[in-house]
Amino acid sequence: MAAPRHHHLALAVAVALLVVTAAAADEGGPRGRRVLVLVDDLAVRSSHSAFFASLQGRGLDLDFRLADDPKLSLHRYGQYLYDGLVLFAPSTPRFGGSVDQNSILEFIDAGHDMILAADSSASDLIRGIATECGVDFDESRVYGWCQDPEAMVIDHINYAATDAEGDHTLIAGDDLIQSDVILGSKKIEAPVLFRGIGHAVNPSNSLVLKVLSASPSAYSANPKSKLASPPSLTGSAISLVSVMQARNNARVLISGSLDLFSNRFLKSGVQKAGSKIRHEKAGNEQFVTETSKWVFHERGHLKAVNVKHNKVGETNEPGMYRINDDLEYSVEIYEWSGTSWKPYVADDVQVQFYMMSPYVLKTLSTDKKGVFSTSFKVPDVYGVFQFKVEYQRLGYTGLSLSKQIPVRPYRHNEYERFITSAYPYYAASFSTMGAFFIFSFVYLYHK
Amino acid sequence: MAAATALDSLPAPLRSLRLKTKQQELLLRVSALALIYVLAFVVRLFSVLRYESMIHEFDPYFNYRTTLFLSDHGFSEFWNWFDFESWYPLGRVVGGTLFPGLMVTAALLHRLLRALSLAVHIREVCVLTAPFFAANTTLVAYAFGREIWDSGAGLVAAALIAVCPGYISRSVAGSYDNEGVAIFALLLTFYLFVRAVNTGSLAWSLASAFGYFYMVSAWGGYVFIINLLPLYVLVLLVTGRYSQRLYVAYNSTYVLGMLLAMQIRFVGFQHVQSGEHMAAMGVFFLLQVFFFLDWVKYLLNDAKLFKSFLRITLTCVITVGTLALGIGTASGYISPWTGRFYSLLDPTYAKDHIPIIASVSEHQPTAWSSFMFDFHILLFLFPAGLYFCFKRLSDATIFIVMYGLTSMYFAGVMVRLILVAAPAVCLISAIAASATIKNLTTLIRTKSKSPQTVSGKSSGSKAAAKGAVDQSLPFQQNVAIALLLGAFYLLSRYAVHCTWVTSEAYSSPSIVLAARGHNGGRVIFDDYREAYYWLRQNTPSDAKIMSWWDYGYQITAMGNRTVIVDNNTWNNTHIATVGRAMSSYEDEAYEIMQSLDVNYVLVVFGGVTGYSSDDINKFLWMVRIGGGVFPVIKEPDYLVNGEYRVDKGAAPKMLNCLMYKLCYYRFGELTTEYGKPPGYDRVRGVEIGNKDIKLEYLEEAFTTSNWIVRIYKVKPPKNRS
Repeated sequence: MAAPRHHHLALAVAVALLVVTAAAADEGGPRGRRVLVLVDDLAVRSSHSAFFASLQGRGLDLDFRLADDPKLSLHRYGQYLYDGLVLFAPSTPRFGGSVDQNSILEFIDAGHDMILAADSSASDLIRGIATECGVDFDESRVYGWCQDPEAMVIDHINYAATDAEGDHTLIAGDDLIQSDVILGSKKIEAPVLFRGIGHAVNPSNSLVLKVLSASPSAYSANPKSKLASPPSLTGSAISLVSVMQARNNARVLISGSLDLFSNRFLKSGVQKAGSKIRHEKAGNEQFVTETSKWVFHERGHLKAVNVKHNKVGETNEPGMYRINDDLEYSVEIYEWSGTSWKPYVADDVQVQFYMMSPYVLKTLSTDKKGVFSTSFKVPDVYGVFQFKVEYQRLGYTGLSLSKQIPVRPYRHNEYERFITSAYPYYAASFSTMGAFFIFSFVYLYHK
Repeated sequence: MAAATALDSLPAPLRSLRLKTKQQELLLRVSALALIYVLAFVVRLFSVLRYESMIHEFDPYFNYRTTLFLSDHGFSEFWNWFDFESWYPLGRVVGGTLFPGLMVTAALLHRLLRALSLAVHIREVCVLTAPFFAANTTLVAYAFGREIWDSGAGLVAAALIAVCPGYISRSVAGSYDNEGVAIFALLLTFYLFVRAVNTGSLAWSLASAFGYFYMVSAWGGYVFIINLLPLYVLVLLVTGRYSQRLYVAYNSTYVLGMLLAMQIRFVGFQHVQSGEHMAAMGVFFLLQVFFFLDWVKYLLNDAKLFKSFLRITLTCVITVGTLALGIGTASGYISPWTGRFYSLLDPTYAKDHIPIIASVSEHQPTAWSSFMFDFHILLFLFPAGLYFCFKRLSDATIFIVMYGLTSMYFAGVMVRLILVAAPAVCLISAIAASATIKNLTTLIRTKSKSPQTVSGKSSGSKAAAKGAVDQSLPFQQNVAIALLLGAFYLLSRYAVHCTWVTSEAYSSPSIVLAARGHNGGRVIFDDYREAYYWLRQNTPSDAKIMSWWDYGYQITAMGNRTVIVDNNTWNNTHIATVGRAMSSYEDEAYEIMQSLDVNYVLVVFGGVTGYSSDDINKFLWMVRIGGGVFPVIKEPDYLVNGEYRVDKGAAPKMLNCLMYKLCYYRFGELTTEYGKPPGYDRVRGVEIGNKDIKLEYLEEAFTTSNWIVRIYKVKPPKNRS
């Protein structure tokens, strides 16, 4: 059980030691490949087989279990059995075995990833997990007494023309986040089909991003009943699909629609209402493939290794600097491409020389081989400083490196011994001494 | 005398062993002094016998830590030591912000003992440094007493100062603080200076300058010397006692002492740049003018001409002096008086302007009771001694009178300065005691002698005259004997009192607390050390601990962890930031703690044991100090109608601030006293007002066995929001 974990640790050590070779070599990625798929009905396995096949095709090892399987467990002997979780069990009221809401959240807090899909039958459990991840599914059934429990996102303008039922709940979403890291470099041309419930992003949570937003004309209500009061969620405040990257870089994707991942949506054509263009295939396949790549850390994962600093002209890392020393700082940053660690190239990585506030803020220059470096002068202030790199970019894992280093003032013998401007004083004191000697001599022997 | 007469009847061979009176006296004096020396050392060992050989209180832990560093790394490293484990993240230039005298003394003693092949740990040396120097002080007191009065007074002074509680309070074993050696240095400097004034000798002046140098290296109280000496010289000038001796003594002491003092990094150029030292410089120039005028007067030999010359010179000198001082102050070259200096001259100053000085208990104005406690009969002997001094006025007695009066004033302003007054009070009291006893014994002796003389020599005019005097005072002998007995009774009471005070009040290490249990047995609370060792063993070595500054030195010395603030209160803003964090709500405090990279928070809480100097009782000072820099913190928010409470009626902000939460976390579940509701605070004597405390950003990490120290871990930011 422990082997993959140790392998991971050993890898980290190896990488720290042999940076360049490690970067070039084809090795394991930042995440393990064992994924637990929880479904509330085994039929999902076949109805969503295309999505699962795409995951397996990328080397993920899927373990399908019913959500209420009494033997379900995420860890054994203190080790996690899985590295990722696909939670396609929207209606399950409680998990089987030892799994519950807290254990799922602990799983994420331990640095694991999750894809969660809900639909209009979402249980309190699923809603609870989503809320803990910064996403609030439309709760109108709780306080909207006049509404039916199953509110869905309705859009009378941007629905898919292929919508058979005519209640405009099949939405052709094309308001995607602008991020190559999350959605891949190839633009998703066709709209993404969506049928399900909307959610709002917790405004106080800065870690959640809306990946697929509803159009301004959307609202959340039960399509089968009349609207008695204004819907609580309207317009582009509704998020259809969101992602959350936790502080420990665990990634969570939350979708209000389980159908989004289904074979039917992946394969069907789409034509947006009012649009002439008919796409042969909906954008769903590309969308779920790319976002799942991102969630399972096949893209957008940065690592920083080999943080080094030294005085200019030296190679050893000192335990302490002196004020006004000239120093060099370097760090190597690599990006996981899905198959190997590639040098990361960017011109916006900055280092701070920080003591309560940044005294020095320098942009690091890169040699395009992954090494970012700069040199600067230690400020004329002593104290306990930190080299800080706070690199947070959309879609990428956050890099926050800090290394403490004290800066001391001059020693008593590091000051200039003779100061030019003080020469008159030196002259004065020495001439006084000389004069005193002569005076004593004259006074004593020339009576 | 009686012994001598008895020896007279002995045969000749034995008689050759007989000591001459002079030799007898010397033997007596030396043995008395030796006994006093041993007594002064031994009486300070209560704490070692009762507890263990350990460092006491707060500041001594810093001194101990620096001494360790000094003996491990050598003087050069010590001199340039930049300590990044305190005052995070500012750090502290230790070498430049301490008085190295104490550490160097202890390290030298340690090295000396090692050289003598005595394998002692540096801690033992540190623990015993203060008693050792207290013993040395008795010798100086003896010499000083002999210089200003006579050797009898010297002996009495040595005996008095050996056990004077005012001095013992700062010099028991384990009280490894600057004052331990500084009082010795202070008295030595004064003695050498008086000696220099009495003899006019350059050698004694030089010795006095070195004494001053040692004092400057040891304690900030040297400012007292540098102001008392010029004041003394000024008084001598005004009273017309100017002499060449004074001129030599003061000038050489001042110039050499100043140059030597500049070698101490912490003092630096203050002697020429700070307002507190300007009096000495002014008097120095005044003396030159005096000398010059004297010389001109001698040259001119014409009263009228000299008078006009005097007028011109005085006008010039005063103008130049005022101008120099004015320009110096205005340009910022001469720094104005510091707050501490002001607070000495004006006891109410600190309370209004510098809460950080006023918050320290030893900076409070002295209560009458503590004068009685620390001086006992000396308080009555002191005025009597002053009377004797005025009766036999000399340069030396003027000095001791001035020392006594000024130090008594300062002792009234601040509790801790009783220490400075103690030697003067002892010396002056010794004069009173010695002179009185001497007079009484002379009376008794002449009375007992007179019948002899009458019987021996048939008649003499002298004896007749004495007889006549005796006749006029019929009960003189009896009264004298009674008075003598009374004096002995008082002095023995003094000795008893001093021993009792030392044993009961001044020998507690304050890091280990003792109390009486139900059955009268001693209960020891060793919670502080328990907590510090927990920190040392269970936290990462670069962990930053936030606590109120009182515990900073102990955490760095015993816990070996970085602290945010400590007892060296050099940066008021930093302390105010900690005060602000402690008095804010948890979420606001969390932001402050994040900005300071705090990993653990340590609070001291006495509600379970009844230990009253805990953080809740200190809390208002944190509010005041925090509010002094950050006006968002307002003292009235924590009070209800001006009253400080922690029970149900307490202010809402009080009940929810970080300090309250950390102190009383889980306290609501605990029954502390039989027959009282759970959550009964034994210090405040109330049931606490907020029993349901939830912590969001911190978690309890460790609480000592008696709940005196509680340590909390600051949680990292939430992972998912």
